[in-house]
Amino acid sequence: MIEVKNLSKVYNGLRAVDNISFKVKKGEIFAFLGPNGAGKTTTIKILTTLTNPTQGSIRINGYDPISQEREVRRSFGIVFQDQSLDDQLTAFENMDIHGVLYGVPGDLRQKRIKELLKFVELWERRHDLIKKFSGGMNRRLEVARGLLHHPQIFFLDEPTLGLDPQTRTHIWNYIKELNQKEKTTIFFTTHYMEEAEKVAQKIAIIDHGQIVAQGSAQELEKQTKTKSLEEAFISLTGYEIREEEVKNIDRMRLIRRARVR
Amino acid sequence: MKTIYILWLRQLKRYFRSRSRLVGSLGQPLLFLVALGFGFGPIYQRAAGGSYIQFLVPGIMAMSVLFTAMFSGIEIIWDRQFGFLKETLVAPVSRMEIMIGRTLGGATVAIIQGTIVLLISFLIGFRLGNLLCLPLVFLFMLLIALLFTALGTAIASKMEDMHGFQLIMNFLVMPLFFLSGALFPLENLPGTLAMIVKINPLSYGVDGLRGALGTGYQFGFTQDFLLLGGATGVLLIVGSYLFSKIEL
Repeated sequence: MIEVKNLSKVYNGLRAVDNISFKVKKGEIFAFLGPNGAGKTTTIKILTTLTNPTQGSIRINGYDPISQEREVRRSFGIVFQDQSLDDQLTAFENMDIHGVLYGVPGDLRQKRIKELLKFVELWERRHDLIKKFSGGMNRRLEVARGLLHHPQIFFLDEPTLGLDPQTRTHIWNYIKELNQKEKTTIFFTTHYMEEAEKVAQKIAIIDHGQIVAQGSAQELEKQTKTKSLEEAFISLTGYEIREEEVKNIDRMRLIRRARVR
Repeated sequence: MKTIYILWLRQLKRYFRSRSRLVGSLGQPLLFLVALGFGFGPIYQRAAGGSYIQFLVPGIMAMSVLFTAMFSGIEIIWDRQFGFLKETLVAPVSRMEIMIGRTLGGATVAIIQGTIVLLISFLIGFRLGNLLCLPLVFLFMLLIALLFTALGTAIASKMEDMHGFQLIMNFLVMPLFFLSGALFPLENLPGTLAMIVKINPLSYGVDGLRGALGTGYQFGFTQDFLLLGGATGVLLIVGSYLFSKIEL
């Protein structure tokens, strides 16, 4: 479903993504795990046609993101790292615009919006403006919106960043259910080990733009002769704290994590 | 087509929902009309210029359209910071459609704003020359609105955040307005000022509105229409080009 070969992206002389290759099979849940600034978001931007790669070949659902941009865009849904809703519109209106942009015909659109808003438990709030929503509600709505056009692949960039444990659990439940029922391929980035371990069937660990290891959580533990994914991750990426354009919330989390040890 | 429509509708909804913006953007033209209109009225009359209100109203309408249109274009920066732009850019539609939808939306809002100013000015004594010329009034408002929405879009496509906004207001939008002949007649202006006014596309918009509303043309309809239309065409192309180059 996703095939990446020797992909690189250079920004002003800096190799944000450095010669990475990986495959995601249809119906698989794939996690991209890495410290801040490792190249996770850049990779997602390239896969989703928002940025062109410097080098390498990519196939998304059999299409090339550069020459077959539109087919690729129709194939996936995405939840961005930062909020991407129009906060002066209602939940329903945000969904409706998405449906029109993706060419979902009228009747089906109405039906699908209802189904999805119920799925993320926001149907009752459909006529409320987004600016009245909490961060967790925004995220749930973004998940629903990304699924409106029945994508084959669902990209999620740090989908649970800054959310409370209840919302995080809910979001992962939606995603797992979606994966099981509709066989949607899931590609997500995170730096929460426990999420990658619990949800993903396959994990790639990325650091300084390179994939340092990939496999299931057990395989990664075996490779590094450690007992948990967290230990495997640290043994692969080192103890050093990353300071590249880190948001405060990430920095606090990293410092806390380093202190525990 | 549906893409264009839904993005146009979005601009309108945002405009009507933002009540502070609605009221705020009417305060300024009203103040200008009352203070300048009644303040300079007597002197203008003594200089045998006729009614200053008749002269001023088209200028203030143009101002209102200019400000609203520029703001609508620059709104892209908000969308960029608050993320909605990404949602549209990653959708399976062309950038051109997004640009057209947004620009038409911004222009429609600006025309509504200009129309409200016209309605208000009837309350302070403005009189329309000829009802049949109303379509021309809307034509000129449309051209001004498209021109400056496109200019705003072009600028916003090159800006990372809102820090440059004040700069644009002070060094571009305000000069465009004050140096357009919106407030004063163009006869016997000092050479440099006359030159600046002539290269400012808004001058032709103001003049076109003035002619259509019955106060009389200074450049003439053909010149106004061709120069303003030409500038609008160029800016639409530049704006679309820069918008198509936005990388997130």
